[in-house]
Amino acid sequence: MNLAAQINSILAALILLTAFGLLVQRRIYGLLHLFAWQGLFLSISTAVVGYTAGAHHLYISSVLTLLLKVLLLPYILYVLIHRLQIHKDVETMLNVPTTMLIGIALVIFSYHLTSPIRELSTLVTRSTLAVALATVMLGLLMMITRRNAVTQIIGFLAMENGLFFAATSATYGMPLVVELGVALDILIAAFIFGIFFFHIRTTFDSLDVEQMNRLKEED
Amino acid sequence: MMLLILLGISLISAIILAFVGDRKFAPEINILGSAVTFLAGLGLAIQVYAQGPIIAGGKFFFVDAFNVYLTVLTSFVSMTTAIFSRRYMRREREHGRIGHKRIRFYHSMFQLFIFAMLLALLTNNVGVLWIAMELATLSTVLLVSLYRTPTAIEAAWKYFILCGVGIAQALFGTVLLYFAAEKVLGEGGEALLWTNLSQVSDKLEPTVLSLAFVFLMVGYGTKVGLVPLHNWLPDAHSEGPTPISAVLSGLLLNIALYALVRCKVLVDGATGTHRAGYIMMGFGLLSILVASFSLLRQKDIKRMFAYSSIEHMGIATFAFGLGGPIATFGALLHMLVHSLTKSSIFFTVGHASQMHSTQEMSRIRGLIKGNPLVGWGLMLGVMAIVGMPPFGVFTSEFLILTATIKDAPLLTPFFLIGLAVAFAALFRRVQPMVSGSAPSSQQSLKAANLPVILHMILVLILGIYMPDFLSKWFHTAVELLK
Repeated sequence: MNLAAQINSILAALILLTAFGLLVQRRIYGLLHLFAWQGLFLSISTAVVGYTAGAHHLYISSVLTLLLKVLLLPYILYVLIHRLQIHKDVETMLNVPTTMLIGIALVIFSYHLTSPIRELSTLVTRSTLAVALATVMLGLLMMITRRNAVTQIIGFLAMENGLFFAATSATYGMPLVVELGVALDILIAAFIFGIFFFHIRTTFDSLDVEQMNRLKEED
Repeated sequence: MMLLILLGISLISAIILAFVGDRKFAPEINILGSAVTFLAGLGLAIQVYAQGPIIAGGKFFFVDAFNVYLTVLTSFVSMTTAIFSRRYMRREREHGRIGHKRIRFYHSMFQLFIFAMLLALLTNNVGVLWIAMELATLSTVLLVSLYRTPTAIEAAWKYFILCGVGIAQALFGTVLLYFAAEKVLGEGGEALLWTNLSQVSDKLEPTVLSLAFVFLMVGYGTKVGLVPLHNWLPDAHSEGPTPISAVLSGLLLNIALYALVRCKVLVDGATGTHRAGYIMMGFGLLSILVASFSLLRQKDIKRMFAYSSIEHMGIATFAFGLGGPIATFGALLHMLVHSLTKSSIFFTVGHASQMHSTQEMSRIRGLIKGNPLVGWGLMLGVMAIVGMPPFGVFTSEFLILTATIKDAPLLTPFFLIGLAVAFAALFRRVQPMVSGSAPSSQQSLKAANLPVILHMILVLILGIYMPDFLSKWFHTAVELLK
């Protein structure tokens, strides 16, 4: 295993670690910091892959990730949290150990699911595909277990990070037009959830999505 | 050239309408933009009819028999919806349900939504297809919450989160697809072009494609509204403004199914088995059954027709899964007639609920007396949607049923039970709403007649007579999807 592959594995491990951190972090600023760190690891990893593989378009993706996921999105979320004055909120959570155990099970499941692909791939990054899928799954788990609208959005963005990581680790990145389009979609999504937070807040007096339970099947 | 006009008009209209805002002529600009888009769509169709498939814009766009009829359908229904929304939204505005800013937003987003759908249909790049699907979702999220009631916001949030998660799975599927394609076609943008992929689909790695299909199925299946991924759909359809329900139900579901079918062709080519088809048949049949039984329990009129959409998308998905020339032909026709019928039903439903200021079916009565066109429009629309002859839905469902009896006889009873339950459920609800005397609280309104009449005539024609060009396209599409 050469040096680049080792660096990449460490970064993959760090991304997975932040994903687990996001899963159980209760404080909203803590979540934000973890999310920014995850973005940073992702950006470095993309640059490392780009350097070793000589795939120069990955540098663009790397810079894009840095701007979007490390600076812009956390900043937008920071401003929103500040305006909504929820920065001191501490979330009540479901059983933390159980959530962690489910998370570990998901990681094992991801390794199992991607094992046939690992054997096919010849890239230096192939072993990290499982981590990418696990990050997606953990983001999904976070969206299911959390009750706060902001937290759910961070889970959603973490999932997006996992997808991006999958693209770099399985294939050295998607074609540039696709990556730019995805980035644009995320930006629009950021605009929309920003509006949403305020709507939810004014209508329901809090950002707890548990309160949204009026639409049910009637009997 | 025609392609650029087609895509450009809706995008430009979106920008113009954002500036025009709530001026008096904004709905007319909306109609004009959609009408020009429709004309461009027709022009494109004629071109494809004369010359065969078109690849344009440095292979970025691709039009064949499968997506050309969906393009015309999409631009046509958006035009009629724009005509309908002129009177509908004016009344909502007069009754103070929405204000200046939101009308501006509504018109602009409506055009952006059309742009996203057309881009999804016309692009040759599977990655761009994903981006356009996501854009179509994002542009409608805030339209669903347009009324800002607690239920509307809840519905929109659910739509945003569930479809966001769903479509993220589809992106993972697309990454896997690219991973397999890159080995055969080499790195770069070329490897995601559908025209290239379909040529080499038998060389793609089957294990990777099978895995990719699972993710694509879950992702695009969420957008099609297949059970058990359908939770967002009844809420989004019932809480948004009715023109949006009409285009969501009539168009967006079709586009998602289109994306899924395009991917299925590649997976089938790679695996050489019928596994993807079986998965689609399972999801389809489950949707038909669950949705038809859910129809029985509904009290809200738009919610009920939302479930009916799930049922019909289930039928089309089932038929595509079944494969074979007859079933595929039936599925293509079903997408067309369902879209026309369901959007027409939503037009009448919108007016009916405006007349009674409620969406509760128990309080809507005497529609034929109150406004014959709305009443008869709803009645005939429902007769068409449950599959009564001589309407087009009968033809398509009959074809699919025939193919089911031939290829999967054991599933026939389930399919028939679903159709029968849906038939009973819809008639039980709709018959008291249209007949009888009108309650004193009923208000009169100026209904938008043209869209309903146009749609119903087309559905009737398609039930009796199949134009040559359409059957030629369908036959070509059947060959493509084999």
